Amino acid sequence: MADTRHDEPPREGGVDRRAFLTDLTAVCAGTPLLLGLVKISNAVPVPQEGGAYDPTEHWYGMGVDVERCIGCARCVVACKAENDVPPEPHYFNTWIERYVIRTNGDVEVESPNGGIDGFSEIEDPSTIRRTFFVPKLCNHCANPPCVQVCPVGATFITQDGAVLVDQDYCIGCRYCVQACPYGARYIHPEKHVAAKCTFCYHRLRDGLVPACVEVCPTGARIFGEPEGRPTPLTRFMRFNDLQILKPYLNTKPKVYYANLDFEVS
Amino acid sequence: MQGYIYPNEFELQWSLLIVLYPYLTGLVAGAFILASLERVFNVKEVQPTYRLALLTALAFLIVAPLPLLAHLGHPERSYEIFMTPNRQSAMAMFGFVYAWYLMVVLLLEIWFDYRRDLVLWARADHGWKRWVRYALTLGATDLSPRALKFDDSAGRWITVIGIPSAFLLHGYVGFIFGSIKANPWWSSVLMPVVFLFSAIVSGIALVLVIYMVTTLMRWKSIDMACLDKLAQFLFYALVVDFSLEALDFIHRLYEAEESIDILSLMIENRLFISLIVLQVVMGTLIPLVALALTSSGLRRGGFIRTPPQLRQLIYLAAAVLIQIGIFSIRWNVVIGGQLFSKSLRGLTVYKVELFGIEGLAMTVGLLILPFILLWALVKIIPPWEESAPADPAAEQTA
Repeated sequence: MADTRHDEPPREGGVDRRAFLTDLTAVCAGTPLLLGLVKISNAVPVPQEGGAYDPTEHWYGMGVDVERCIGCARCVVACKAENDVPPEPHYFNTWIERYVIRTNGDVEVESPNGGIDGFSEIEDPSTIRRTFFVPKLCNHCANPPCVQVCPVGATFITQDGAVLVDQDYCIGCRYCVQACPYGARYIHPEKHVAAKCTFCYHRLRDGLVPACVEVCPTGARIFGEPEGRPTPLTRFMRFNDLQILKPYLNTKPKVYYANLDFEVS
Repeated sequence: MQGYIYPNEFELQWSLLIVLYPYLTGLVAGAFILASLERVFNVKEVQPTYRLALLTALAFLIVAPLPLLAHLGHPERSYEIFMTPNRQSAMAMFGFVYAWYLMVVLLLEIWFDYRRDLVLWARADHGWKRWVRYALTLGATDLSPRALKFDDSAGRWITVIGIPSAFLLHGYVGFIFGSIKANPWWSSVLMPVVFLFSAIVSGIALVLVIYMVTTLMRWKSIDMACLDKLAQFLFYALVVDFSLEALDFIHRLYEAEESIDILSLMIENRLFISLIVLQVVMGTLIPLVALALTSSGLRRGGFIRTPPQLRQLIYLAAAVLIQIGIFSIRWNVVIGGQLFSKSLRGLTVYKVELFGIEGLAMTVGLLILPFILLWALVKIIPPWEESAPADPAAEQTA
């Protein structure tokens, strides 16, 4: 693919124009197909050889490219549909925040209905320094404070690295909601138990990626495994400068952000 | 709402009932520590409040878990805390600390202390009281000097174990909040210690009020030596409590971590009445000055000589103000810790509902309930001197 550097001067004994054009066509046609193949083979996390899903073979995480997010909130809608998240505002497994940084350093953040209702027009555009969207979700921390505080062990970390809640076991004490530094948990208004992002665990077991990743039109969310087998996340983590949220709390998040500004909390 | 809060933060998680819980356990721990003054540290002046303090602690301890239970999303699953506790969880230890304190410390101490009287009352009584009191002796009716001596030393040892247990009970409640690193308002190593000393303050103040009111209701005269001693200890505990609170406050202000802006905004806009007015001025500074001037805390007989009746009124007013202040402390910790967003970019509001399971009516009910329990306890095992059974000397010689 590096052969497409056509601004380089032709070298002696190089290819003729016809052969070059033929090759170029083949490369143009072949690259998306090839990339598509790579994407499919990597994104499908389940080697179904033995049949059953083996959680010990995986360790999941997610990447978020802030520069790619356009704030359409399709991920939020998909997540609500996929995961029985209450439709009314103030219950979200994932949501989109819009940051507006003014030239004087002031920061304005909003997330109207998690981003589903769209964002209001920005007032006084001449004073904008930067503006960007940040998708948020449970960080599926490797050192999760929510799991530590649960008095009955109803919330736990799976062998493949997802932080889940056993809703038949949770007593609804809300301690985990208090312990989460990211506001990623809520109490389900009908079930009266803690609820949160599951990385669409039911989909992972079927070899699918989480719904939010599936529907993102710009590829701002990248799913995979931060270590071990090669996945799109591996590549994302190799080629980007990464940040995690609130690193000083030592929660060891497994949602990695690229192009994240320091104002984001 | 002001600024930005995470979408999931609109609902406040811990309501008025969770304010009540540390308030109640604080009273339990404080009342018990007051009782231990007489028993272990031989402060003989406070003897008239010894049994009253124990019964008060018991009445409030029975009610303490009720607000927690009412608050759970699935109270029917609460037994899982005992069955499958997560040993990493501070909250999972609640059941064990509570059970230890109720069964091993309070009930046993009260039983050993009352056993002799129960036997004598049961012998002298008629009707249902006789049977209730006999049942409460658990059949141990031996009143030989050896048995009574054992009662006494057992009671003393249980109190010795009880003091660290009372510290554990309430220090642990402070740890539940203090260990939440996600919340800069809570996360403080001082939290258990602050909880503990505010507990001692509230417990002494409560027993002081109950002692005065019940004495007046029985048309007896108040033992001024006892009351002065209570006020003196109340003053000392208040000084330590206020110093710790001030240390915590200054430390936060001086460190000025990233949360300082939002916390300052919260104190100005949301907690001004409950923190500055109720907790600091009315609940701490006014009682502190009043007790410093009139009690024997700093100078024998106080800086201002006051007639006993006036002093009683000052003590009573100070103790009531302290109760308001301590309740405000619990409010400021529990509710205050949830009024700012963990994004540190906004504030939310808390509206107390009037009725409903987490409402004001329920809270008032749960605050009255311990007094009803205390009344019932006093009926069955009265703590008053005049209720003591007839001299058993005759029996021993017989």
